[in-house]
Amino acid sequence: MTAFFEDVSIGDRLDLGSYTFSAAEIKRFARKFDPQAFHLSEEAAAKTHFKRLCASGWHTGAVYMKLFIARRQADERAATEAGQDVARQGPSPGFEDLKWLKPVYAGDTVAFSNVVTGKRALKSRPEWGLIFAENHGINQHGDTVFSFKSKVLVERRPASPGLRA
Amino acid sequence: MSDSLYFDDFHPGQTFDLGSYTVSRDDIVDFAAEFDPQPFHLDEHAGNQSLLGGLAASGWHTAALTMRLLCDGLLSRSHSQGSPGITELAWKRPVHPGDIIAATAEVLAIRPLKSKPDLGLVTIAIRVHNQTGALVMSEESPILFLKRTAGA
Repeated sequence: MTAFFEDVSIGDRLDLGSYTFSAAEIKRFARKFDPQAFHLSEEAAAKTHFKRLCASGWHTGAVYMKLFIARRQADERAATEAGQDVARQGPSPGFEDLKWLKPVYAGDTVAFSNVVTGKRALKSRPEWGLIFAENHGINQHGDTVFSFKSKVLVERRPASPGLRA
Repeated sequence: MSDSLYFDDFHPGQTFDLGSYTVSRDDIVDFAAEFDPQPFHLDEHAGNQSLLGGLAASGWHTAALTMRLLCDGLLSRSHSQGSPGITELAWKRPVHPGDIIAATAEVLAIRPLKSKPDLGLVTIAIRVHNQTGALVMSEESPILFLKRTAGA
């Protein structure tokens, strides 16, 4: 995940690792950001169509980001140790088609992945390109619970070091 | 009599003021340290060097704070049953320490669910502005609500 824009290929796949959502963490996130009954208590969740305590969808999204950044930072350290250049990544302008397909219940383990689906150079920011990707979260039963289409800015390879002012 | 909102109470064009929240430096750094530890979300110097132009909140943090405003300003007085997703979300401007974010919701469409006759889907657009009136985030999302007949 340290490649410059030019070196990123459609179909590139990253496994981001997995994360187990504990009941305590689900409730802690929900108390702060999403205090709805089915994210706060087992008893209240049992009375809803979720039936059991489940994570806020934004908690699932935040954990995706946590694993994405952990992977990127590990790749950066490895590339730096190997003496390779590391492309900067910028902020994201947003995302589309985020789906919470099934609840993430307390105790579930979700494995996340990222596959590049497109790339576009930016006229407005010649140092950067936009990488499009599809992201998935799959639980321990093999069910896809989470997906979305992301966009992120990735640095372009400088044309020639001598040309950089 | 309850004034808690059911699916039947929503109609296209309806708007809700979801209130505001002042985002502190500690809020930004705490969230970033746990979920998005990129330098420009953790450190002023790195923020100044980045496209964000200063220490700025993770976009996922802004989205989570907006969820809190949506809960407090609308869902807590409704029969919300969760959401199947986000149609689209745009991060338009960074959120810096001390910024006050204010959100509004507008109902775009309503649709009963055939598969779950006790539920209906309400599609809402949420817009988040900062204290200067600039748009910082927008999103569109369907949300499930109980129908009054089912809840009666």
